[in-house]
Amino acid sequence: MIDFHLTKALHTAAGPRTLDVRLTLAPGELVALSGPSGAGKTTLLRLLAGLDRPESGFLRVAGQAWYDDARRQWLPPQRRPLGFVFQDYALFPNMTVRENLAFAASGQPAAPQIVADLLELLELTELAPRRPAALSGGQQQRVALARALARRPRLLLLDEPLAALDLPTRLRLQAALATIHQQFNLTTVLISHDPAEIARLADRVVELELGQVRRVGPPLVPPAPATVAGRVLAVLAGGQLRVQLPGGAAVTVSGVAAAGDEVALAVEIARTL
Amino acid sequence: MNLPSDYWQTLRLTLALAASTTALLLVLGLPLAYGLAHTRSRLRPLAEALVSMPLVLPPTVIGFYLLLAFSDSTAFGRFLIERLGLSLNFTFPGILVGSLVYSLPFMVQPLQAGFRQLPRSLTEAAYMLGKSRLTTLWRVLLPNMKPALLNGAVLTFAHTLGEFGMVLMLGGSLPGRTRVASIAIYDEVQSLHYDQANAYALTLVALAFAILVGLYWFTKRAAARLS
Repeated sequence: MIDFHLTKALHTAAGPRTLDVRLTLAPGELVALSGPSGAGKTTLLRLLAGLDRPESGFLRVAGQAWYDDARRQWLPPQRRPLGFVFQDYALFPNMTVRENLAFAASGQPAAPQIVADLLELLELTELAPRRPAALSGGQQQRVALARALARRPRLLLLDEPLAALDLPTRLRLQAALATIHQQFNLTTVLISHDPAEIARLADRVVELELGQVRRVGPPLVPPAPATVAGRVLAVLAGGQLRVQLPGGAAVTVSGVAAAGDEVALAVEIARTL
Repeated sequence: MNLPSDYWQTLRLTLALAASTTALLLVLGLPLAYGLAHTRSRLRPLAEALVSMPLVLPPTVIGFYLLLAFSDSTAFGRFLIERLGLSLNFTFPGILVGSLVYSLPFMVQPLQAGFRQLPRSLTEAAYMLGKSRLTTLWRVLLPNMKPALLNGAVLTFAHTLGEFGMVLMLGGSLPGRTRVASIAIYDEVQSLHYDQANAYALTLVALAFAILVGLYWFTKRAAARLS
């Protein structure tokens, strides 16, 4: 169980505000943090991790005080057993994929086994000898996730982990994330702007605005289906397809299929406010 | 071309001075650069100005004040001489201290820029993995700023090779003790031994060129490897 009330000054486009959030997370819960930029989502995540210092309040995780202003308690970030995935992934460029994981797992019993298991789980075994610069965005994301799990944390914090990826990669990683959340028995806090992603993954969503909680509750189901059926009218040059949609309209998309094939198109839902 | 009689001795001394200055400044400059790159203190501009002073001061000014500081005419100098038994004027350790001051910005500035260039999330990611500051510095930060490290070391070395005014003030021209190549050139020209001055001068040109070519070659390779 994670129980906190944290405040910190925010510098938003609308002027100075105060981030003030009080929340209790149940063990095993996956909570999405959502809201416009500048709402304080990343700041809240950094306060939980101890990367920034709150101005007042408390933070208790499984009965242990990580921070308590009244009692002057502060657990430094290095000693908080959690996994953190940064928006820019923050992989160590001087280390290969395997070395990134080994560095993270070092100091634990059976570290080589942990590394091998994580490589396997996130389908990174073939990429193990590569450096981060030689990986695609989705691959880097998987390494960042594996690295965050190497210390066997009970709490996983993810700062917009999938925002920079294309839709098919994002869908694959959402599935991986859901599996991992279950399998590792994690409590997860995820920042996301994508209603479909939130609906697919989260038990609860916390909407922030200008540092305050606007809504806490179950995720709203997005209004449109995530895929739509279509028929390939023609195969165009450069890997493009002309596809007819159920309503009669035709769109050009990239992909591989033959004329006349029935195909499913993934639909990206534009952000609704 | 006839080599001057004390050519090898002078060259050895010159290289010893440059190498010891570089090694010591790597050790002293790293914490200083780390602190300057990360501090939020309002006194930072003051500290940066102090570190950069040797860039703009004539070397003779540094030499002059150190000469006074090390002599028995000041309280500090008397403390060094009487309490610690350190007579630094006109000795190799004396000019070594002088060149540490003189070359300080050439080490600290590239290292400071190197630290600033690294994304903060690298440090934070290491902290999130439970790593201490020292482990983070050694395993994550330094390996990712090798070009900056090399830049600082090479510039310090090359700059110390060419040091003249400070050594002349503080060390004079004692063969085998303080007479480095740049001083020897000046002495030989004063005595109209152009041939011998040329031997030293040509050596310095060749050394400086080789060092810089090596630096740029390595920097290019390192950049290609990391990107």
